[in-house]
Amino acid sequence: MKVKILGTGCKKCQTLEAKVREVVQQNNIDAKVEKVTDLSTIVSYGIMMTPGLVIDEKVKSYGTIPKDDQILSWLKGE
Amino acid sequence: MNNETLKLNKNKILVPAILLPIWFLLYFNLERFAILVVDSVLKLQQDNHLTSAISFFIFEVPKVLLLLILIVFVVGIIRTYFSPERTRKILGGKKLFAGNVSASLLGIVTPFCSCSAIPLFLGFVESGVPLGVTFSFLIAAPMINEVALVLLFGLFGWKTALMYVSTGLIIAMFSGFVIGRLRLEKYIEDWVYKTKVGNSEIEITKISFPQRITAGVDAVKDIVGKVWIYVVIGIAVGAGIHGYVPENFMASLMGKSAWWSVPAAVVIGIPMYSNAAGIIPVVQALLEKGASLGTVLAFMMSVIGLSLPETIILKKVLKIQLIVVFISVVAVGIIIVGYLFNLIY
Repeated sequence: MKVKILGTGCKKCQTLEAKVREVVQQNNIDAKVEKVTDLSTIVSYGIMMTPGLVIDEKVKSYGTIPKDDQILSWLKGE
Repeated sequence: MNNETLKLNKNKILVPAILLPIWFLLYFNLERFAILVVDSVLKLQQDNHLTSAISFFIFEVPKVLLLLILIVFVVGIIRTYFSPERTRKILGGKKLFAGNVSASLLGIVTPFCSCSAIPLFLGFVESGVPLGVTFSFLIAAPMINEVALVLLFGLFGWKTALMYVSTGLIIAMFSGFVIGRLRLEKYIEDWVYKTKVGNSEIEITKISFPQRITAGVDAVKDIVGKVWIYVVIGIAVGAGIHGYVPENFMASLMGKSAWWSVPAAVVIGIPMYSNAAGIIPVVQALLEKGASLGTVLAFMMSVIGLSLPETIILKKVLKIQLIVVFISVVAVGIIIVGYLFNLIY
């Protein structure tokens, strides 16, 4: 599973990245977490607010920091 | 939906519904409370500088914080009805002027953070929103913000708050219109047009009412949690000025008679970056000491509306010529508003 955090470096983006990594680690999920800071790549996902959360190339959320259990259920593919 | 989530959802509405009357009770009894604290608890002497400063602080801090909580909560709920995608769709087919008007209005209610300015800019421009209309949005969004509105309302009254919103809107409309008319598309960085903006396939799930309430609560936690300390510090500095600086001290510097004070306030304000929360209580105290409203308003708008960090972010998509035009047009707009207010009041 490939997880991407889209964001330039704002505080919210860092918070989301840390959160996702934590959820992945705590639940032993086999996922590669990657931070994307390149602007053209970010907009190619069609989001207009950062941070964006992309799981297996699908945009799950943007502009907000989702709750832990929400992130977990996305990671489990629910 | 199972029983437990249903109960949870009920609570989400119930708790704010109970808190609302408590809010009103607190807000409308603050003055009595402040007097009580100053006279009976602290037993301060009347009519000296220290008492005057402390009374000001004890009354203003809870008042502004209460207002802040309510307004941020309401705005947080309103914002769930808007998204950049919807705004982009609305603005897509709009011509100049009508587009500038809608963009400025939508700038107030659409969720926006300056760190998202670039994705938003790209999304707008590439989907065919005219450059001038995009600018109206980008000017209105930071310039008219709910924290500034609350502080102006709390410290100056509703007339000033209303003037702030309407002049902010006029500046955003006018500046965007001028930029649109100047046909500056060639000063957008070349890579912008080469980038392909994707279509987000994210399905917009319907938000339930309890979720909107939660969004309001989250906004309060997020925004009030961040700015309360600036409000307290700002009011403390304001209280100091209120109690100790002599009347009319600012009259010669920021008063009406000093014609250069408006442009000077704007020039000083542009590179300054402060949130409205810190700057307004100070400015209010200055006003009391003889500064004029137009000058003060111009200063505040240039501080929160035009900021160095935002300009640096925009540099990634705009060539320097366009940035210079953007800053000058907005600065001129603010200066005109400043003079206008000095003339009226």
